[in-house]
Amino acid sequence: MATQNIKHALFCAFITLLISFPILGLNLESAGTTLELTGADSATIVAILVAAIVVFLFQTFRDSILTAAGKMPKLNRWSDRQPMPQEKRLKLENLFMTLIMISALIWPFIVSRGSVDLSTLVLIYVMLALGLNVVVGLAGLLDLGYVAFYAVGAYTFALLSQYLGVSFWIALPAGALLAALFGLALGFPVLRLRGDYLAIVTLGFGEIIRILLNNWTSLTGGPNGIGGIPDPTLFGMEFGRRIKEEGNISFHDFFGIPYDSTHKIIFLYLIALVLAFISFLAIRRLMSMPVGRSWEALREDEIAARSLGLSRTGVKLSAFTIGAFFAGFAGTVFASKQGFISPESFVFLESAIVLAIVVLGGMGSQVGVILAAIAVTILPELAREFSEYRMLIFGAAMVLMMVWRPQGLMPMRRVHINLQKQE
Amino acid sequence: MLVLEDVHTHYGKIEALHGVSVEVKQGEIVSLIGANGAGKTTLLMTVCGNPQATSGRVILNGKDISRDKTSDIMRSGIAIVPEGRRVFPGLTVEENLHMGGFFNNKSEIRKSQDHVYELFPRLKERELQRAGTMSGGEQQMLAIGRALMSKPKMIILDEPSLGLAPLIIKQIFEIIGQLRDEGITVFLVEQNAHQALKLADRGYVLETGKIRLQDTGANLLANPDVQNAYLGG
Repeated sequence: MATQNIKHALFCAFITLLISFPILGLNLESAGTTLELTGADSATIVAILVAAIVVFLFQTFRDSILTAAGKMPKLNRWSDRQPMPQEKRLKLENLFMTLIMISALIWPFIVSRGSVDLSTLVLIYVMLALGLNVVVGLAGLLDLGYVAFYAVGAYTFALLSQYLGVSFWIALPAGALLAALFGLALGFPVLRLRGDYLAIVTLGFGEIIRILLNNWTSLTGGPNGIGGIPDPTLFGMEFGRRIKEEGNISFHDFFGIPYDSTHKIIFLYLIALVLAFISFLAIRRLMSMPVGRSWEALREDEIAARSLGLSRTGVKLSAFTIGAFFAGFAGTVFASKQGFISPESFVFLESAIVLAIVVLGGMGSQVGVILAAIAVTILPELAREFSEYRMLIFGAAMVLMMVWRPQGLMPMRRVHINLQKQE
Repeated sequence: MLVLEDVHTHYGKIEALHGVSVEVKQGEIVSLIGANGAGKTTLLMTVCGNPQATSGRVILNGKDISRDKTSDIMRSGIAIVPEGRRVFPGLTVEENLHMGGFFNNKSEIRKSQDHVYELFPRLKERELQRAGTMSGGEQQMLAIGRALMSKPKMIILDEPSLGLAPLIIKQIFEIIGQLRDEGITVFLVEQNAHQALKLADRGYVLETGKIRLQDTGANLLANPDVQNAYLGG
């Protein structure tokens, strides 16, 4: 037993060295036009060795450590509690959402400009995650190319404004509808696929869109992207210092207040907030409608769903289309927030992050997904100092979540019976 | 009501049904028995259009449905209780039933639901429980109840006794008899030949993709070949 542990521990320590030494212990430095390989300073070497020793010790005494850990009080005592009655839960959820909305409305007026900007990004991710939640969480279709629809939304706005001078408010539905159309187009070839195969095809689709945007230089500007995307206007009022379009009036002139660049940022935040809230309500409504039920039925058991006369085609296509629609929303807001977009914003990592949000939040649970979107977007910002290790921390967090709470932060709750204590 | 005429079905290049003809008349219970791999489930799946018959005709109420889509077939007054029950495990009993009445309006759903609870009082007790947490017998009741929600004229049952305790099997077969009394045509596919033939008006014996015997249920029960092959001698 002990010798086996030691053997295993030695192996683990060796692997630790093998992986970390080339990554951390060796540096590439540019010397003139060539690269030079240099060893890292001694502190790094020591750190690597310490890490290897820690791994060794942990693996040697793994059994006793794990037993001790098992005896510790449970992290989450909620899981032992009885489920709440349905009405109470709904009430609580509504109260919770109202509170979130109120604080979200006050939020931009009390925090700094940077925070508002970040919050807008959070809201964009909330929209994306809510949309993907339909596809992955409810319909159970693993989509790894979700970013494609986000890109379609963003590029629709960018191209429409560049070539036709279309404003944000017209581009918003146009972007969402076009993204939905792409969702429908993707839906057709993948109808027969399930699970891993579906994931691979959607992954390919996401890459096709990105590569297309990258190479269709004459239309999209290729890797240079598209700049000068206009800001949204409020009933024809512009938020810039000077008016760009003839006949418009600027916001600060209309209200007779001095120009402040934060007006625009707060306005964008409020648009994103309203859109995210609309997405939330719309999807919640859909979930309680027959179409939502049919998504869940298809996820739970495809054969049974078909035996009841549900059309696999219709159900899958509706999930893809509706999911893509909300990604199109998010893309339009993103384009308008950034003012500049390039294919680089729509890499696979974005799909992975949105998927991670959905999984972390609890598949199918809207409130959970919103919380996870906030956490996943803000945590890396808070951990700016570790910028290089952000993805490492992110990965570790994912692993820990899956070990301790595989059902997500706030798993989807459905109606259930309340177990009474036996007398 | 349901007629299969010389139906051939292939899985890829392999022919699973070699010209099967079966007839189920209105108001009957017809049992189809056969060993593992005889093609019983394939026959049912062919009726449902998944896979479609490569040749021959499947006629439901005088209309050839052999080229129709599964979803259309399943909405034309026929309901199937698939093999292995296949209830939606994460949905509650009530939600499962509502899925069964997906294409009906609310008042019809309410009516059929009350009717199902009448047939299976046990389901009423478990109304808000998740289907996946129930026992096999309860799940089978739910699967039958779910199929009844669409108010079918004909119900197809694929191995309803699979993996159930004898007492529950008896109960399930009683319910099947009751369904016939209500005027629902029943097409029953079973390995449990004794029970299935005892209940059936007529029966078919399927062997390696062909109908070997067909007769009334009682005659088949008495048939020495059937006794030897399917009733343990």
